[in-house]
Amino acid sequence: MKGWAPIGLTVAALAAVPLFTSSNVVLNFLVMALLIALVGQGWNLLGGYGGQYSFGHSAFFGTGAYVTAILQMRYGVNAWVGFCIGIAAGALVGAAIGALSFRSGLKGSYFALVTLAFAEVLRIVASVAPVTGAGVGTLIKLDLRPEVFQFQSRAPFYWIILGLVAVSLILVRLIEGSRFGAYLVAVRENEDAAAALGVDAMRVKLGAMTISAAITAAGGGFYAQYFLFVDAGIAYGPWISVEALLAPIIGGIGTVFGPLLGALVVKTLGELTKLVTGDAPGLDLVIYGGVLVLVIAFAPRGIAGLIADLRGFFKPSLAAAKPNPDRGHG
Amino acid sequence: MADTLLRIENVSKRFGGLLAVDRASFVAETHRITALIGPNGAGKTTLFSIVAGFLPPTEGRIVYDGMDITGMPPHRLARRGIARTFQIVQPFIGLTVHENIAVGAHLNRPARAEALAAAADVARMVGLADMLDRPAANLTVSGRKRLELARALAIEPRLLLLDEVLAGLNPSEIRDVVPVIHAIRDRGITIVMIEHVMQAVMSLAEHVYVLVEGRIIAEGSAQDIVGNPRVVEAYLGHGAAGRLAAGGGAGG
Repeated sequence: MKGWAPIGLTVAALAAVPLFTSSNVVLNFLVMALLIALVGQGWNLLGGYGGQYSFGHSAFFGTGAYVTAILQMRYGVNAWVGFCIGIAAGALVGAAIGALSFRSGLKGSYFALVTLAFAEVLRIVASVAPVTGAGVGTLIKLDLRPEVFQFQSRAPFYWIILGLVAVSLILVRLIEGSRFGAYLVAVRENEDAAAALGVDAMRVKLGAMTISAAITAAGGGFYAQYFLFVDAGIAYGPWISVEALLAPIIGGIGTVFGPLLGALVVKTLGELTKLVTGDAPGLDLVIYGGVLVLVIAFAPRGIAGLIADLRGFFKPSLAAAKPNPDRGHG
Repeated sequence: MADTLLRIENVSKRFGGLLAVDRASFVAETHRITALIGPNGAGKTTLFSIVAGFLPPTEGRIVYDGMDITGMPPHRLARRGIARTFQIVQPFIGLTVHENIAVGAHLNRPARAEALAAAADVARMVGLADMLDRPAANLTVSGRKRLELARALAIEPRLLLLDEVLAGLNPSEIRDVVPVIHAIRDRGITIVMIEHVMQAVMSLAEHVYVLVEGRIIAEGSAQDIVGNPRVVEAYLGHGAAGRLAAGGGAGG
C-alpha cells in the first residue's frame, strides 16, 4: 500500500486547520489554493501523465461553473444535483473537444492552440448568450443552507474543497498504478511505440481528457457556490487555464502531489506579492511568469522532482539502488 | 511445407512520384525465421510498416492467420499477436526498463502486479534482468535493442517483426543476441526480420527474400541467396557478379 500514507497524512493535516484558526483570511487563502490544486490536478492527469498540454482548461472549469449556476437559477434544480450535472457536463465537453482534436491528429502546440481556441469560443458565446446572463453574468441567490451547497462560515467550504482534492489525489494515485495509467504514460513518451504494443492511443487520450475535464469542472462548480457569481471572464477566462497548468508545472508535472504543492507555492507567492506591493493588478502574474521560467530552467521536474533529487543527494547509496522508489511498484 | 502465418500479396506503396514498394509478395511460415534483406533504400522498412499497420498500402493485401488485415491499425494488430520492433529504437525514455516492458505485458494482463512480474520474466529472457530499475534513457545501444525486443515479446506475439535489431551492435554483442532470437523461435514464435548483418542472416534465417528498389528479386535459403548473381549485383553494382566470378580464382 505504498503511496497511500502521504495522501492520508496530508489530507488529515490540512483537515485540521480550521480547528486551529477561524481566520477568514487564512481559510479563504487555503480554499483558493485547494481550488487551484483541484483544477491543476485535472490538468496534470492529461498534461502531466498524458503529455497533452492544454491551454484551455477554462472550457471545463467554466462549464462546471455555469451549469451549476444556471440549473439552480433558471431551472430550480438543487445546487448539489446541479454541481454533479456540472461535472458530467464538463466531462462531456472534454470528451467532445478531445474527440475532435485527437481524431484530427493534433499534438503538441497544435493541441494547445486548439484547446485555447475552444475555450475562447465558449467565453465569447457565454458573454452574449441569454442563458448565461450574457455580459451581466449569473448570480446565485443567497440562501445559506447546507441543502443548497451554501454555508454560514468558510470552514465547511474548506472541508468540501479539501474532500474534492483528496478524491482527486486518490483517483490519480489509482490511475498511476493501473494499466490505464501505464498506457497513458506510454502514449506521452512515444505514441507509435505504444501503438505497436497494443495501446489504442486515441482511446487512452480521450479517457484521460474526459476524467481531466470532470475534475476541472468540479472546481468550476465549487467556485460558483463559493462566490455565488459566474460571468464569462471568470468561468471561461484564460486566468484559470493559466493557473491550471502553472500549479502542476511548478509543483512537479506527472506526480500525484505536484498540483497541490504548486498551488500552495503559487498562491503563497501571489499573496506575498500583494503584501509587498499593494494590490497592483497583474503584478502577481509577473511573479508567476518569473517563477515559471526559473522552474523550467532549473527544476524541470518541479518542486516534487527537486525534493526527490535532494533526497537522493543526501542518501546517495539508497538512491542508486532504487532510483524511482515511488514508481512502478504500486 | 509448413503452414503460412503471414502472406503479403502484391503490396505496393507510392509516396507521390516514388514507388517505394512495387508489387512485393512474400510469405512467412509458422515457427520459422524469414529474413528480408536488401540494400539501403530498398523499401524494407516501408514494407514492414505496412505489415504492422503503420502505413496503408497503395495496393495489395496482407493476410495474417487466414484473415485479411490490410489497413488495420497497429494496436489492433498487436492484439491479434503481431509485434514489431523499430529500426530506430523507440524506448519510453522517461520510464525504467521494467516499466517499459510492463507496457507490453499489460496487453494480456490488466493487473499491474502481474504485468510487472511478466515483464521481469521477459527481461530475464533477453538478458536485461540486472537493469530492471534503470531508466531506459541510461541504456547502451545494445541495451536499447534488447529493450525493444523485450517490449515486443511482452505482448506474447505469434508473429514478431524485427527491424534491424542487430544493426549497431559489435560482433560480440551480435553473438550474444543471436541465441536469444533462436530461443524466441523455439518458443513457437514466427519471426520476420529485416537485417543487414549477413553473419546473422546466415546463422538465423531459414528463408530469405531479397528486396531491391521495392521489388522482391530473389528468394531461397541463405546459401542460395549469397551465390545468386542478381543479388550480388544489387549490392555491388552492375557487372560485379561477373567480375567476382572471373577474379575469384586469382584474387581469392
